[in-house]
Amino acid sequence: MARFNALSLLKHSLTGHKNWPEQWPEAQPRAEYDVVIVGAGGHGLGAAYYLAKQHGITNVAVIDKGWLGGGNTGRNTTIIRSNYLYDESARLYDHSVDLWEDLSQELNYNVMYSKRGVLMLAHTVHDVQSFKRHIHSNRLNGVDNRWLTAEECKEYCPPLNISRNARYPVVGGALQERAGTARHDAVAWGYARAAAARGVDIIQNCPVTAIRRGPDGRVTGVETAKGFIRAKKVAVSAAGHTSVVMETAGVRLPLESFPLQALVSEPVKPIFPCVVMSNAVHAYISQSDKGELVIGSGTDQYTSYSQRGGLPLIEHTIAAITEIFPIFSRMRMLRKWGGIVDVTPDRSPIIAKTPVPGLYVNCGWGTGGFKATPGSAHVFAWTIARDEPHRINAPFTIERFRTGRLIDEAAAAAVAH
Amino acid sequence: MLLIHCPYCDETLPEVEFTYAGQAHVVRAADPSSQTDAEWENFLFIRSNPKGPHYERWRHLHGCGRFFNAVRDTVSDRFLTTYKAGAPRPDLSSLQGDRT
Repeated sequence: MARFNALSLLKHSLTGHKNWPEQWPEAQPRAEYDVVIVGAGGHGLGAAYYLAKQHGITNVAVIDKGWLGGGNTGRNTTIIRSNYLYDESARLYDHSVDLWEDLSQELNYNVMYSKRGVLMLAHTVHDVQSFKRHIHSNRLNGVDNRWLTAEECKEYCPPLNISRNARYPVVGGALQERAGTARHDAVAWGYARAAAARGVDIIQNCPVTAIRRGPDGRVTGVETAKGFIRAKKVAVSAAGHTSVVMETAGVRLPLESFPLQALVSEPVKPIFPCVVMSNAVHAYISQSDKGELVIGSGTDQYTSYSQRGGLPLIEHTIAAITEIFPIFSRMRMLRKWGGIVDVTPDRSPIIAKTPVPGLYVNCGWGTGGFKATPGSAHVFAWTIARDEPHRINAPFTIERFRTGRLIDEAAAAAVAH
Repeated sequence: MLLIHCPYCDETLPEVEFTYAGQAHVVRAADPSSQTDAEWENFLFIRSNPKGPHYERWRHLHGCGRFFNAVRDTVSDRFLTTYKAGAPRPDLSSLQGDRT
């Protein structure tokens, strides 16, 4: 793997950057692997990287039905934060933020992690109480989060409308300064390049059609568009299609797949310094380094695999944004898209072993999986390699829906979680 | 935007008049106290989540206010049929002709 550094950049600049070698080879499937990972998004590629780096398991394939990073990894609004209410969630998401801190150095690939701060606006007494509860809980868990008055919010984010006459007046906000954004494509590419350099095969445009099990119930491999691939262990990290893939192994999960939409505006000069979320009007916004405003909200109400979503939701989102930021009311929106997110009943993920020996699953990230990419991949790799969960993902089992030991971030955070 | 036919109003109306109400034909046990944890899990949390025809409930919230059932293809989002609550689950093969 050619390393990126100042010298190599300078050298390649002399030839107009036309002679960079490919960052990972186009792999063809071998007959057998120690681990096959289904889904080449950030979570799957990251798991392959940590399997190779930390657990010495390099006979690994990551298989995707499309191109790598073409699913939800490339469709989210790139927000990173860890201000979750419950201890289990705080540990998981803050573990991720810890890894984001030096991910660019770790991968020798600039993922453009930007600690620009995430500001969650409070509009009502209920918001204030709920956010302060979050702040206290976060501080007990060592997660940074602090309360700002409306004036302090305005100081932190000047485009904000804090007029008392606004339809949803801003009465304050919770600020996590270590939170921010990263470039989502670079995360997938960085992990892919670093994993491939350690011997992992990345097989794109090859749908996995079924997981096969032997007479003893253990997984034996996967059927794909390029034929049967034997595998000692199979790890599914397929986001919205997890139900479909797992059903072929006879495992039914507490998941439903919904379209989650996002949209971007025309690019403008830097105007927006941080990420702002509002649960009450239900939208979130940030400005990308290219200058586009990146806007999102909740899922559509109905389950779907269409990767489109409906226009009423976009209308609702834009109405919310222009309410808080009237200056954006005449911005033109360039494009919108949808991704299919797998939602669990308690809105917390599942990173766990399954009832099938040799089969592992990392799913249920719903609308918030991107932020967790490094932490999730790290503990998922641990779970696959050791056949037991890391202490951080130990509570995120499938069995919690039977025992009732839910991690109910849906109730804890109302909307955005 | 989805256009949804309300079987009670007998009108085809925009999605914003309706709210989605989850998978249809999930039956609550007649004797809840006899249910095991696994049966409760299945009733409360496990859903079919198919990629294809899906039996689901909708409510005509900003209209007659009633719940009804529908079969919708989750790939195309096209409704194959809608029918009144309590009516038997329609046979998928009888709906295939509508799947264009």
